[in-house]
Amino acid sequence: MSTSAIPQNYTSTRADSATEWIKSWLLTVDHKRIAILYLLSINFFFLLGGLAASLVRVELVTPQGDLMTADMYNRMFTLHGVIMVFFFLIPAIPAVMGNFLVPLMIGARDLAFPRLNLLSWYLYMGGGVFALVAAITGGVDTGWTFYTPFSSSYSNSNVILTMSGAFIMGFSSILTGLNFIVTIHKMRAPGMTWFRLPLFIWANYATSLIQILATPVLGIALLLVMVERVWRVGIFDPALGGDPLLFQHLFWFYSHPAVYIMILPAMGVISELISAFSRKRIFGYEFIAFSSIAIAVLGFLVWGHHMFVSSQSVYSGLVFSFITMLVAIPSAIKVFNWTATLYKGSISYRTPMLYALGFIGLFIIGGLTGIFLGVVAVDIHVTDTYFVVAHFHYVMVGGTIMAYLGGIHYWWPKMTGRMYNEAWGAISALVVFVGFNMTFFPQFVMGYLGMPRRYHVYPEEFQIYHVLSTAGASILGLGFIIPIIYLTLSLFVGKVAGPNPWAATGLEWSIASPPPTHNFDQTPVVTEEAYAYPEDAAAQDSDSWQAGSHL
Amino acid sequence: MATTSHEHGHNPALQHHFDTPEQQREAATLGMWAFLTTEIMLFGGIFMAYAVYRWAYHEVWALAATHLNTPLAAINTVVLLVSSLTVALGVHAAASGKQRQVVLLLLVTILLGAAFLGIKVTEYSEKFAHCAGYANPITWISGGATLEEAECLVPGQQFHFPVGHGAEEASSLPNIQRNAQLFYLLYFCATGLHAIHMIVGISIMAVLAWMAARGRFSSEYYTPVEIGGLYWHLIDIIWVFLFPLFYLV
Repeated sequence: MSTSAIPQNYTSTRADSATEWIKSWLLTVDHKRIAILYLLSINFFFLLGGLAASLVRVELVTPQGDLMTADMYNRMFTLHGVIMVFFFLIPAIPAVMGNFLVPLMIGARDLAFPRLNLLSWYLYMGGGVFALVAAITGGVDTGWTFYTPFSSSYSNSNVILTMSGAFIMGFSSILTGLNFIVTIHKMRAPGMTWFRLPLFIWANYATSLIQILATPVLGIALLLVMVERVWRVGIFDPALGGDPLLFQHLFWFYSHPAVYIMILPAMGVISELISAFSRKRIFGYEFIAFSSIAIAVLGFLVWGHHMFVSSQSVYSGLVFSFITMLVAIPSAIKVFNWTATLYKGSISYRTPMLYALGFIGLFIIGGLTGIFLGVVAVDIHVTDTYFVVAHFHYVMVGGTIMAYLGGIHYWWPKMTGRMYNEAWGAISALVVFVGFNMTFFPQFVMGYLGMPRRYHVYPEEFQIYHVLSTAGASILGLGFIIPIIYLTLSLFVGKVAGPNPWAATGLEWSIASPPPTHNFDQTPVVTEEAYAYPEDAAAQDSDSWQAGSHL
Repeated sequence: MATTSHEHGHNPALQHHFDTPEQQREAATLGMWAFLTTEIMLFGGIFMAYAVYRWAYHEVWALAATHLNTPLAAINTVVLLVSSLTVALGVHAAASGKQRQVVLLLLVTILLGAAFLGIKVTEYSEKFAHCAGYANPITWISGGATLEEAECLVPGQQFHFPVGHGAEEASSLPNIQRNAQLFYLLYFCATGLHAIHMIVGISIMAVLAWMAARGRFSSEYYTPVEIGGLYWHLIDIIWVFLFPLFYLV
């Protein structure tokens, strides 16, 4: 429609034919185009994982197993877990928003290694193909945790294919992390000192450290299980002298920090949103920055809290429990600083802000129940119940997905040059919030009452909670579908956004929307701190307020 | 090609998104160091498994290690250490702009790497020949001398660890076959993964030698040689740990 209003940018094409055009996307080394490739592929996997979740939830409406056999049910929740963890949550924010924003926010023309960046997308897709083929040809029934000796000796589903998928995806994640670390160290614009970096950059830096240090350990653990399956030898098989617990140690040495790969960049997004929609410098910048690093470091020292009931020694249980409590400190620092930023800010409840506020509420619940689970005695009571399921969904869905959606809405005008429909945005944010709580809050209750996870039949007294949960899940699903519709529509009918629709600070808002291919015509020189909103922003805004403004 | 690197701002090796060659070099080097840490963590998993099982079955493992071919591995260690020297000299030559020396030193490195792999293959095939009942790979092919005492150190159904002369002492160890097999399993995994890295390293060296022969490097621009060298040193260092842990301890 009004394409004339959008200037030449990274999406404009000089290709004459369709093949040329496809090539210009699939062989691009532009970080912004790669981010779009990731956006499309990651959302595809999200919908696939969501479909598996819906089938699981529908099965659980009745206490009997009437939709699927027990075996099919195992394959379904494993598909949900594998796809959501490895192909959505871990890459979501770094690969989509990080790829798009890291160079823009620090004033660079691209990431340090553009071709490596493209390779990492191909690795992601390659891993995805393995996982998809495994799913289509029968699936895998081990749960996303691949615990030995079940995965190594007993399961006769597609364990090797699925593990190869996760293994390959791991290298995609490593390359992204490596690229970010080098870019943040070496490519900052003049004047962009470490303490002028947006907090999203700090968060992604901390995430990258985890990605390059923890992911290879998962790689080798999966590789050893594959060796064990192929050659029928026993690295983790107790019958052959192996130690199945060794697998759990190696697995959680990655997979606990992986939780922080999911939540740290989400926290980075929230820091940006809270500051932009309070029009106020973030409270306690240094504390938020260092709390990201602290979470990354502590995250490496708590894997044993997944193994409280795995015959771990009482003393290591106590130590892991104690360090788990310590993680609460930097997490709480962030929450307190965000709420302190709101204080006397000029708050506007735009869609991204609704997601941000939703994030804070859900993360508090997810975080606090994490402390319950960090207490050995409580954990033993609720191990492998829906209490655990509810806890990690509050952190992963309530945390990461809320931030992912908030971030997508916030930077949508930057990525596409268009505004989406604000009313529908606000409605879907509320729908997601309500649907999410309705899905997962009943799971806390039934978990505490003793409903074990990963069962497809259950005693009748739990039915009411399962029905509530499934009803919530349908609302939640609706909340995910509405944005797909109005965001897609906005590409064609959305208002032209202009460079800075939110009147936000940050280098990414100083250039055209969508950004030109080389980002900055001249390398910017940074002279002020991040989030340099005027002291009297609240007063200014109330004076100049008019109906229909973006803020 | 080589002449243009003297003209400032038109360096063909400078990619568009970097401001200066210096920035590009630092980025590449930091990237390689970050990658090397992931490699160390990858092998770290195997070292962890080694530590756990060494602790659990130390007597059997000490016995199992005596059946590895230590002299060959010692020669291999020397070969690799020399190759590290030639790489280091190659990087130095690149820094001084001596292109022919760079090509020569990298080719020597490739030869040494290939020699390492050749010796490794000899070691492996000896173990497989034993499983087939022959004394060594040559007699296995030509049908010569067979093995006196049955031995099969390749993990699997056929695995058989010969108890031999120290029979009384060894038979008192519980699950000796099972735990010795675990030793050989980790041996094959660790050295196999290392050998894969060697193959990658040799390919990198071949590309670098080809680039050097085409005159792509100069004393101002030799970053690929430098970071390729870093990778090669890492492979060496990992072997320097694998050798004592499996053969000597």
